Amino acid sequence: MGDNKSEKQNYNVVNKSLTKVDGKSLVNGKPVFAGDYDYPDGLVAGILASPKAHAEIVKINTSEAEKVDGVVSVLHHGNVDRVPHTTAGQGYPEPSPYDAYIFDRRVRYVGDRVAAVAGESGEAVREGLEKIDVEYRDLEPIFDPKKSRDASVLIHDEEDSSGIYDPENNVAANVDIEIGDPEKIISGADVVVEETCETQFAQHTPIEPHVTTAYLDEHERLVVRTSTQVPFHVRRILAQILDMPIGKIRVIKPRVGGGFGVKQEFLLEDVASLFALRTGRPVTMEYSREEEFRSSRCRHPMEVRVKLGATSEGELQGIIMEVLSNTGAYGTHSLTVLSNVGSKTLPLYNKASDLHFFGDAVYTNLPVPGAYRGYGAPQGYFSLEFAMEKLAEKVGKDPIEIRRINHIKEGETSPIFEKLGEGKEGTVQYINSCRLDECLDRGAEKIGWNERNDKEASDKYRKKGFGLAINMQGSGIPLIDMAAARLKLNEDGSFNLYVGATDIGTGSDTVLSQIAAEALGIDLDDIIVYSSDTDFTPFDSGAYASSTTYVSGNAVRKAAEKARDRIIEIFASRYDENPEEIDWKDGKIIGSDTTKTLAEFALSLTSGEMETDQEQIEATASEVPEESPPPFAAHFVELEVDTRTGEIDLQKYVSAVDCGTAINPNLAEGQMEGAIVNGIGYALTEEMEFNNSGRMTNPSFFDYKIPNTEDIPEIEVILVESSEPTGPMGAKSVGEIGINGAIPAIANAVRDATGIELTNPPFTPEKVWEKLKETRK
Amino acid sequence: MKVEFVLNGKEVEFDVDPGKVLLDLLRESGHKSVKAGCKTGDCGACMVLVDGRAMTSCTLYAAQVDGQDVKTVEGLEDELADRLKESLLEAGAVQCGFCIPGVLISAYSLLSKVENPSRDEIKAALDGNLCRCTGYVKQIDAIKETAKSLGGS
Repeated sequence: MGDNKSEKQNYNVVNKSLTKVDGKSLVNGKPVFAGDYDYPDGLVAGILASPKAHAEIVKINTSEAEKVDGVVSVLHHGNVDRVPHTTAGQGYPEPSPYDAYIFDRRVRYVGDRVAAVAGESGEAVREGLEKIDVEYRDLEPIFDPKKSRDASVLIHDEEDSSGIYDPENNVAANVDIEIGDPEKIISGADVVVEETCETQFAQHTPIEPHVTTAYLDEHERLVVRTSTQVPFHVRRILAQILDMPIGKIRVIKPRVGGGFGVKQEFLLEDVASLFALRTGRPVTMEYSREEEFRSSRCRHPMEVRVKLGATSEGELQGIIMEVLSNTGAYGTHSLTVLSNVGSKTLPLYNKASDLHFFGDAVYTNLPVPGAYRGYGAPQGYFSLEFAMEKLAEKVGKDPIEIRRINHIKEGETSPIFEKLGEGKEGTVQYINSCRLDECLDRGAEKIGWNERNDKEASDKYRKKGFGLAINMQGSGIPLIDMAAARLKLNEDGSFNLYVGATDIGTGSDTVLSQIAAEALGIDLDDIIVYSSDTDFTPFDSGAYASSTTYVSGNAVRKAAEKARDRIIEIFASRYDENPEEIDWKDGKIIGSDTTKTLAEFALSLTSGEMETDQEQIEATASEVPEESPPPFAAHFVELEVDTRTGEIDLQKYVSAVDCGTAINPNLAEGQMEGAIVNGIGYALTEEMEFNNSGRMTNPSFFDYKIPNTEDIPEIEVILVESSEPTGPMGAKSVGEIGINGAIPAIANAVRDATGIELTNPPFTPEKVWEKLKETRK
Repeated sequence: MKVEFVLNGKEVEFDVDPGKVLLDLLRESGHKSVKAGCKTGDCGACMVLVDGRAMTSCTLYAAQVDGQDVKTVEGLEDELADRLKESLLEAGAVQCGFCIPGVLISAYSLLSKVENPSRDEIKAALDGNLCRCTGYVKQIDAIKETAKSLGGS
């Protein structure tokens, strides 16, 4: 591909850190979130959560609840249709099993739904929920994923669920891909490394919990205003489970207070809608923080075994990766997250010719993992990058060098791209842009990698260490997800941009507006963006899988080109110009004889001046990506371990990322910084803990520790811009990749500092101290 | 019971239940900048200024602010507030924006008292404002930048 940097163009609107188009309203605290709207005559509703990990509901009596003053409606399995579905907000047909019901006769984890109450006030709802009398028959719960496959108890033996890989053995999903004969090549290899790491239950914790309001409009259509990442999928699933035509439902996404995957789930919309349909009144539901922890979604805990075989020079020959994923009580995203553990990691080391990737996602009676930033990649990269560190040591190479020798380069491919996709086969893909070597160089320089052995810890009890990890992600889901955009010209030359793409705080409304403005040669101020309203914007799969900048961005670019072409066509015919020779720049349409500003021409287009040539310029374009160009990143950390307390003092975190063209560098850095800190929490402090009844014991920000300002190290993000030829203005997506590095880089640095091997995050002082104690023996 | 206080510069009076939480009272009376992220005093999204101090309104009864001066982001309109908002936007410190009103309140309270805070002082002042989007880097930068721009003028 040559030197991409030289191909990089100069842009007017993109590649600039312009402020967010929705920034002013956010910074002034305007009422723009789902919970900020007031509804006259509105009801509130709440959910009765299961106190049992596994039980059958023998009897449910709601008569006392219905008598409570202010209670208006009560829902439970006895009065709601049973429709098997998945809560995964994925493209249709979803690659997740249909194993969920609005309400079921069975509860499968502490926090599962039992019933719901709508009422005039929060107090009435609380009292109503308390007065619901439920008789349970306890079933034996399964908490250990390692025992799930052989358990005598079945978690999903109901007859009407479908798409479960092996319900007789509690296996929700399975993947098994073999390329060549890795066992053979590894057994004959000069060097073999085998590592097993185990990751924990962790939560997304957007600061805005899930909030949904459902109401009927004046035409009796169902309107749902909800904090979602996937408005179009929500509409489709609502239609499916309520047995309503899609056209009778409108889903509106207002500003969303963070998602990270947890709002790619369909969680409150069904119950709020049912209440609205039954009562004819607006119904608002909002998870409390405790409910958000217990009953929303989390990250799949996994055990990932990696076995590497390499030459004495450190060239990888074979990789075996085996995964046991705990999918909790329901199989939402079970197959695709499992697939991604391999599909987002193994192509990075494409020098290994022979590969085996296999594993199961098993049911347990614990809360439900789903989509979470990184989507399996963080779990896979932990084991892989931990093993790579040992390989470097065994062959006597610098950890940077071992990665350089083995990582994928421009023009190369991996058989994994074709064999392993999102719940089915993938697509062939060659890497068009990869500046990972530069990421390694620049990150190493910033952290002081070559001088690391000269640096001393701050006191004699502390030990200093450096660590690194590299990774890739993707940009959307090729040949599955799609995005569309529509542009409408106004009389002053400004354009309305309508996108189905879902800004959940990432800044995608801004990024997409920048792409539109650039392609149209106008200012950002001349784009008025409106996103994610199923009545008014075209379809988009939604905000997940690092898709928006790349996939939705390309849809916007195409729509802009279409609009521009049509304007030129009309201009040429009106003024008798050759369309091929018309120039379009600085807001002007320049022909050989006639020149007009876009604003002048736009005004004339809908005025009598144009006589019968009047036309509303409007262009819609769809984008179905054929590939998913990976962003690449190198993460470096510097830390000290206090050998007296086991505390890890993370001092510096440097991350260099190849993001293609950064459409908005500030926002791209922000995606990285946020993901890095999210990853640091995952590595050091965050874990959902359970008692022996399966109840989460730390469902609050006080007990479940996410990083605050005092917990962050010095963080430096370096954007190493390449130009991705298939991306809009050369861009790739960077929503997720930043979260993949913290666990392995920190584990590698702790090993560098102390020699201890941490294989089960979070790396709390207790765990570190215990390991240090073992080494002293 | 009757509660009287100054809210965003205006004297207000509410007839409330003694158990009424300030957060709920403020939101119900249209002050939607005050966000509910946890209702346990841990996330800081509901912060307001009470006599100039940044406090979580979810852990205060309305009755506790009787006779005091309460400010929400709706009432922050002076030069310091404007500069802070501008710096937050320019630094790229606003992603989803849900935590931002609380961040503004904490930062406003800090800069009202400390003219040129160090990064460590900023971190300490904002340690009660959880943000899951930004990683805090640009928020700290923005507050530092605000202090600089005001000191220079």
